[in-house]
Amino acid sequence: MSERDDIFAQIAEQIEPFNKKRAILTEGTTFAGDLEWDSLTVMDFVAAVEDEFDILITMNMQAEIETVGQLADAVAKLKAAK
Amino acid sequence: MSDSIETPDAIAATDLLPPAGRDLMARFRPLVEEREALLATGVRDPFSIVMTSVLSPTEAIIQGKRTILLGTYNYMGMTFDPDVIAAGKKALDEYGAGTTGSRVLNGTYQGHKECEDALKEFYGTDHAIVFSTGYQANLGIISTLAGKGDYIILDADSHASIYDGCWLGNAEIVRFRHNSVEDLDKRLGRLPREAGKLVVLEGVYSMFGDVAPLPEMVAVARKHGAMILCDEAHGMGFFGANGRGVYEEMGCEDDIDFVVGTFSKSVGTVGGFCVSNHPDFEVLRLVCRPYIFTASLPPSVVATAATSIRKLMHASDKRAHLWKNSRRLHAGLRELGFTIATETAQSAIIAIMLSDQETAVALWQALLEGGVYVNLARPPATPAGTFLLRCSLCAEHSDAQVDEILAIFAAAGRAIGHIG
Repeated sequence: MSERDDIFAQIAEQIEPFNKKRAILTEGTTFAGDLEWDSLTVMDFVAAVEDEFDILITMNMQAEIETVGQLADAVAKLKAAK
Repeated sequence: MSDSIETPDAIAATDLLPPAGRDLMARFRPLVEEREALLATGVRDPFSIVMTSVLSPTEAIIQGKRTILLGTYNYMGMTFDPDVIAAGKKALDEYGAGTTGSRVLNGTYQGHKECEDALKEFYGTDHAIVFSTGYQANLGIISTLAGKGDYIILDADSHASIYDGCWLGNAEIVRFRHNSVEDLDKRLGRLPREAGKLVVLEGVYSMFGDVAPLPEMVAVARKHGAMILCDEAHGMGFFGANGRGVYEEMGCEDDIDFVVGTFSKSVGTVGGFCVSNHPDFEVLRLVCRPYIFTASLPPSVVATAATSIRKLMHASDKRAHLWKNSRRLHAGLRELGFTIATETAQSAIIAIMLSDQETAVALWQALLEGGVYVNLARPPATPAGTFLLRCSLCAEHSDAQVDEILAIFAAAGRAIGHIG
């Protein structure tokens, strides 16, 4: 598995406890639309992802992220910048 | 359309109208429908209460009924203080109804300077800047202090004015879990060491009425080289020996760089402010857009604020009675079987937690019919998706009024089947 695949798998693991709709996770799965998360769920989830990867995803960055794939890209970039 | 030109008689009526634009209000349709469905059940609209007359800081007439006010943030009951009212009337006579101008142009009168002097004395600081509202004080200070490349680190449960201050500026925004010192420490540790950092805290969080562990948070922020702003909107007047706020009570006065506050709670009028000892603080008057590009407060308002602030310096008896009221209401409601957001009364805000809108609105309405007004708060304003009935006490609530409030809560809670 590539590092990007690892990141995607780790993110999928973090989504699990919040995935009340049992939505299938793909690169294009959206947080607001497919997972139907409200802003509070998003906050808890982002905090969990930040702690998992020891990174910070600022609210400015969060505003640009709509899909699981975009989040994986952002995490890969933030990890590389560390 | 070219067909229509060739055969004019075939032009449809709709072609003559401008193209149907997208209705920008459509995005609010779900909320409109939710409200219509709720009101169709026969309940009153919790967000359109009109007080036809106000009898005192603690009582008003709502729909013809004498109602005890238990949701006004009028903590110290200064709205009807005779000295405060006299000062306002005098200023209205001498300076007119309004300034019609910005603080930096024609909108600074003697009264604005006197109000800032009163704040400097109250807070024991070198500088004070008065804004037209508390919302604008946060909007202005936060957006101006933290610029491009800087970081603002804020509590997830921060007030809307703090969030909006972040979005108005160009800084990077980082949130930490509500009141978690460990979470704040972790996030600060992940930021670039050399970056400018502003940690924004509140003394009292207004939804649950809980206070922040300021000494621990301040220590962590200092360790990471951050400057600290503390919003004392709900702490002023009530906490600390001089009524400065939670940060005074917890002994953090030397570590807070900027204190933001409001005149619309304990002070009893409207307006906002920031106080600081930073030597260059006054320059903010020239660079802070929400300070510059709006009209200043009317002369009567700054006169009432200054008088009220000076009286609040010596209000320790009132502070003691407000604590007594808060603790009595908290204990009384718990005894009746209501779930309160905090284990003990941490402030003058006592928040009853409810799981759904129907129960919240039913209880809110039963209370109003019984003669008590409280605030209804709903997501997304509330944390953790809860519905809250928020009670805020006043130093002017008498012991007998607190008894009456508890009796009305007991009857309302039983009437809707929420408590046994």
